[in-house]
Amino acid sequence: MTSPAHAEAHAAHAEHHQLGFVRTYLFSTDHKMIGRQFLFMALFMMIIGGSLALMMRWELAWPEGNVGPEPNAATRVLLKLFGDASSGDLPIPFTKWIPEPYMYAGHMPPEFYNAAFTMHATIMIFFVVMPILVGCFGNFLIPLMIGARDMAFPFLNMLSFWVGAVAGVLMLAAFFVPGGAAAGGWTSYAPLSAVPTYTGVTWGQNLWCISLIVLGASSLMGSINYITTIINMRAPGMTYFRLPLTVWSLFITAVLLLLALPVLTAALAMLLLDRMAGTSFFLPAGGGEPLLWQHLFWFFGHPEVYIMILPGMGIASEILPVFARKPIFGYRAMAFSMIGIAFLGWIVWGHHMFQSGMNPTLGTSFMISTMVIAVPSAIKTFNWLGTLWGGNIRFTIPMLFALGFVAMFVIGGLSGIFMASTPVDIFIHDTYFIVAHIHYVLFGGSIFAIFGAIYFWFPKMFGRMMNNFLGYVHFWGTLIFYNGTFFPMHIIGIGGHMRRIYNPMQYEFLHPLQHWNVFMTVSALGLGLAQIPFVINFLYSLFFGPKAERNPWHSNTLEWVAVTPPPHGNFGPTLPTVYRGPYEYSSPGVEEDYLPQDRLLSDRPAHAH
Amino acid sequence: MLEKLGLFPAAASTHAGRVDALYLFLIGVSAFFAILIATLIVVFAFKYRRRSDDEQPKLIEGSLALELTWSIVPFGIAMLIFLWGAQLFVSLKTPPKNALDVFVVGRQWMWKVQHLEGRREIDELHVPVGRPVKLTLTSEDVIHSFFVPAFRIKQDAVPGRYTEEWFEATAVGSYHLFCSQYCGTEHSRMIGRVVVMEPADYQAWLSGDGRPAAGANAALATNAAAVSVATAGEGLFKDLGCATCHKSKPGALGPSLAGVFGSQVQLQSGASVAADESYLRESILNPDAKIVAGYQPVMPTFQGQVSEEDLLQLITYIKTLRSS
Repeated sequence: MTSPAHAEAHAAHAEHHQLGFVRTYLFSTDHKMIGRQFLFMALFMMIIGGSLALMMRWELAWPEGNVGPEPNAATRVLLKLFGDASSGDLPIPFTKWIPEPYMYAGHMPPEFYNAAFTMHATIMIFFVVMPILVGCFGNFLIPLMIGARDMAFPFLNMLSFWVGAVAGVLMLAAFFVPGGAAAGGWTSYAPLSAVPTYTGVTWGQNLWCISLIVLGASSLMGSINYITTIINMRAPGMTYFRLPLTVWSLFITAVLLLLALPVLTAALAMLLLDRMAGTSFFLPAGGGEPLLWQHLFWFFGHPEVYIMILPGMGIASEILPVFARKPIFGYRAMAFSMIGIAFLGWIVWGHHMFQSGMNPTLGTSFMISTMVIAVPSAIKTFNWLGTLWGGNIRFTIPMLFALGFVAMFVIGGLSGIFMASTPVDIFIHDTYFIVAHIHYVLFGGSIFAIFGAIYFWFPKMFGRMMNNFLGYVHFWGTLIFYNGTFFPMHIIGIGGHMRRIYNPMQYEFLHPLQHWNVFMTVSALGLGLAQIPFVINFLYSLFFGPKAERNPWHSNTLEWVAVTPPPHGNFGPTLPTVYRGPYEYSSPGVEEDYLPQDRLLSDRPAHAH
Repeated sequence: MLEKLGLFPAAASTHAGRVDALYLFLIGVSAFFAILIATLIVVFAFKYRRRSDDEQPKLIEGSLALELTWSIVPFGIAMLIFLWGAQLFVSLKTPPKNALDVFVVGRQWMWKVQHLEGRREIDELHVPVGRPVKLTLTSEDVIHSFFVPAFRIKQDAVPGRYTEEWFEATAVGSYHLFCSQYCGTEHSRMIGRVVVMEPADYQAWLSGDGRPAAGANAALATNAAAVSVATAGEGLFKDLGCATCHKSKPGALGPSLAGVFGSQVQLQSGASVAADESYLRESILNPDAKIVAGYQPVMPTFQGQVSEEDLLQLITYIKTLRSS
């Protein structure tokens, strides 16, 4: 297959040595560099989003710095380290530098708390999970795994990153404008978000809208590129059903992005007009409809959930067979179940609105479509287990994170059934049960997959191996403290603890649950500390890790055929030819326990998948 | 029993037991699958861990029988949960005919409650035990949500429209009332209570004697207690000049409103609409939206001229008009 883009990539390859620093590292059109740029940007944003989460947890455990009458042992230690033992005052550490009116000597006012949960979710969803899964791994892996030299539109690809970076700067700028950052919740329900006086936030919310509109443009450029590349630029022999499941997942995700993000962009434009131009799309006083926002937002928002979990599923499906040394169980069932989830994702948005006054007939329709998602999810889960069954499992760091992904996704999936079941949802809606659910899907799911993917593809991305010991510390610390942080949220949610409340101690009936808040906060601090070995490992290995060989995991897919790290144009003078599916591990036809997709076996016909 | 486990707050409505039963069933199903899958992961992790470098596992690429099993079984369970949940949902959303009407208006950051007999309260709702209560909710500013954990009910109060919720309290006492939809800076301070009383005490409370409402509510409640909502609505109906057009005489500019509530109204478009609170509300604020068959679109809008409370009064009055 020759296309103009190929020719261009060839040309770029030839000119490699003439490209200066700026063209190589900043305004690069190479998909691998753009992938790395997305990774670095998102990891930086993760530190900000994580810090906001820890500040919120601190406020929930010790509201307004108050440790309560009987502080437990952990609280007493923290009081000794960061607080004033005589008055029982425990301000948030390392925040005294934040000026009023954002923080008051380490004490958080409700205005900042509301901005914190809004910005935590916005940053984590739009600037961490999506950029890493789609921006970083989508970019890095798609051309390498399908055997192409670059994306179909390399310049558009570069533009996609830099437009995304502008969106990130606009989002962070919201912290520094008068009135503070957006405080309408990440869902920004109108009319709360549509009228500045309702939250007291002016430019913060405007910037929030503008930033996400800009990010929508970035995402659109990316998704068009991914779809075009996968359809047109697969290597010879790479049929759709020989694509690695990661590519399948990124393909489906790109289609969802292409269709869902414009809906959000339209809604955001209306919201911005309501705020700045005096329109009334969402304001009843001018004939508008507040529920229109919810319909538009969730019509985007539910596919968005699958945008964030499908690549995680693809990554787990990639890592599990490599380290079980077995083919993925039910390749086609895996691909079709992802298509099924993506399709169903379009007709379930109403389940976010069961208590908005929906007609019960409409409510039951959304209920049944939501229930049906249990089926493709179950297919995926059991196929992952089938992949392990009878395997020869190696417990590398990526494998541990992939197994963690499966286990945590199961919990997040099962808690989803509670929400699909309307009468129960009515009770747990807007409580911490929902917070638990979303974190089991997005942290236990997406973030575990992200960590697994970073450990797995780091050798190919940066040409060096990561440290195993630090990896084990990171995995076990994350798994244990993650569950300590988020599992009790199910319990307090059922107990009636609402989300988005600034001070749980204002609620008399939540006093018996307060010890859980302290426990979760201490776990969250542990979860934060457990990321330090990762940061050290990542930065150290980047420069000093042992050099990686071409195929350190003995994997079959095409990215491991390229040299490490892959040069411009990825594959040398000729593109690989694909003879088989991606998961032929322990094939009886060969000596080794793996059989790369591009190896020609002359003595027997190529085994079609 | 659940209360002793500390997993659920007190249960004090006819809904609570039914919701809790479904919840327990879901817990059971989830626990079964979570334990099954976790066990399989751990067992496989030990049983199939690598023992030697050259050992090669058997080539297994899939199994149609297994794929069908783990598609059909979860589908069956999901449909069972759906059927159970759907019939419960519909009954939770269908208020009985004899329900007591109460209006609730949310605003940053309080609940304003209006009883039909005229008594008003803020952040408190007094109701009789053992009688269905239907709440009609709206909001003056942003979306709020009326959440009483002990009753297992939660309903958004959306500005610009009416939503409904009903419950029947089963035990006398005081229960927490919260706003569960994030509604701005002091959202977490939007706290109230529902007081469930014996019917006789409730009647005494309604008429303003007996136990007075606590604190600031007392003055407010006794002042307003004199006039019932319908009477106030009748006054407004006259003041706003509604009666000029809406009269039961041939040739009147507007349709007669006697007996309109609860009837099917024939529209000019050929469609018909059930005249409920939302329809009356829309017809006052946006009269051109649904023109009654045989009439001209001449009514002016009252958007911006009537408050949420005025609207409640007008609608309540219109509901009392019977066809003669």
